[in-house]
Amino acid sequence: MDPSNGYVAFVKAECPTCRLVEPVLAQLRRAGLPLTVCTQDDPSFPAGLEAVDDTDLGRSYEAGVEIVPTLLHVRDGAVVEALQGWDRAAWERATGVAGLGAGLPEHRAGCGSRTLDPGMPELLAARFGGETLRARRLELGVLEDEFEAMFERGWTDGLPVVPPTRQRVLRMLEGTRRHPGEVVAVVPPDLVECTLEKVAINAVMAGCRPEYLPVVLTALEAACTGEFNVHGLLATTWASGPVVIVNGPVAARIGMNSGGNALGQGNRANATIGRALQLVVRNVGGGRPGGVDRATHGNPGKYTFCFAEDERGSPWEPLAVERGVAVGTSAVTLFAGSGVQPLVDQQSRTPESLAGTLAACLQVVAHPKLALAWDAVLVVSPEHARVFREAGWSRSRLREELDGLLLRPGSEMVRGAGGIAEGMPQGMAAAPIPKFRPGGLLIVHAGGTAGMFSAIIGGWASGEVGSQPVTREVRE
Amino acid sequence: MTRPELLDPTSERQPAARRRVSRPASLEGLTVGLLDISKPRGDVFLDRLEELLSARGVEVLRFRKPTFTKPAPIDLRREISVRCDAVVEALAD
Repeated sequence: MDPSNGYVAFVKAECPTCRLVEPVLAQLRRAGLPLTVCTQDDPSFPAGLEAVDDTDLGRSYEAGVEIVPTLLHVRDGAVVEALQGWDRAAWERATGVAGLGAGLPEHRAGCGSRTLDPGMPELLAARFGGETLRARRLELGVLEDEFEAMFERGWTDGLPVVPPTRQRVLRMLEGTRRHPGEVVAVVPPDLVECTLEKVAINAVMAGCRPEYLPVVLTALEAACTGEFNVHGLLATTWASGPVVIVNGPVAARIGMNSGGNALGQGNRANATIGRALQLVVRNVGGGRPGGVDRATHGNPGKYTFCFAEDERGSPWEPLAVERGVAVGTSAVTLFAGSGVQPLVDQQSRTPESLAGTLAACLQVVAHPKLALAWDAVLVVSPEHARVFREAGWSRSRLREELDGLLLRPGSEMVRGAGGIAEGMPQGMAAAPIPKFRPGGLLIVHAGGTAGMFSAIIGGWASGEVGSQPVTREVRE
Repeated sequence: MTRPELLDPTSERQPAARRRVSRPASLEGLTVGLLDISKPRGDVFLDRLEELLSARGVEVLRFRKPTFTKPAPIDLRREISVRCDAVVEALAD
């Protein structure tokens, strides 16, 4: 039969409407119509018509079938008409055969094509789709364990990763409207132009869901700016890595944790977004421990360190809004952070007393006698935030108080003071020294509702000589 | 059986096929594994090889597959790769 002229029907036995039109198809064949029938599930259906076996859905995918039955009228290789479901008048007009389906209702809606079953579009795109993906394909040995193979190729952070098959990567790319070929960032240390596709591959490996991808992309863009300096952050001997703080509606939409154990394990979005960023730096940028990563200790947050701010329970405006992003806009703030130092104050009921505790604990970031060279994130818990809310303290009021408390006499801070050789240069002895540079202390609200604790995430070399926090809006 | 196919997550600056470790120019200071595949009299050959290597000051570690009919277990292959610089696999009968 000439495939470029005639009629093609797509059916599946599971569909009641397809079974309904089974005699109609036989009638068309008897009338001498050049009709091909493609069946999506049972090749013996429709009976006696020698249906084409399309159980692999290749023909249905190519024809873009969404509903069964679909009747295509093809002329000179082009579809001139596509009918979905059963409609006697339309079928008679399209085929030129009168008296179709005696005894059948005038019309009956069809069923969904198997090409649209959950997960099927990505599978079919991987199998039959055009070459939208550009990444090199690696064929593993038949006896090679794919998880072991990925370890051996150095693709993982030490934990298993999800195998990045074409199907999974195509599904991941559904998470954004941006083109897979778009260069998202130039990733250090190898300064590689990283396409969105490469980010998607690493996001698959990290365990991300597609809806996390825009956050991963934004985090990578922020990390690869000159201000953030992820290259230096990677190379340093200090125990630091990128910390991703998420604000705005995207956090709740993708199910991020900003409450109990927000800085800990157990939430897929928190865990995999931070991990995806690290895997991109590792695999695309080539940054690995023992290579450009020269950390003396490292810290567990270098596997992943990502959380959302608890905005609803916060007495303050969101961190991203304070940093210039419009209210209601999703954003990511990157911070060059080391580990988490929790702090306790179960006695303070006044903001002045609690601020005193916070300042005393912040003073020791890196070293009590070193200042201005390390930023910090102060993660205030709901129970501590309550003290400030009830006293009507804004974030800037708290910051002002902390700035005052963190101004120490230079004579106590310089080298040799207190019998400790480490400290600020002798020339700074005369004047008070602030602990943090302007803008060097970020304050966010997160954590569980029980616990009069807060947490400090110490920084790395701060400001222009090291890393500055970077906030970017999330593009979908 | 179809071969699993993965997309390369890297910058693709390294060749896709991993290179074999090159042969050592000398055995001096190296550890040599002797893998007995469990065929009869393979041990006779390997015992003699161990004598000869040890006499030359080469450190020798002995390994044995549970059966010659199957590939070496993955743990054994891993152990040899981690502990030895070179390996001699005996094929005797």
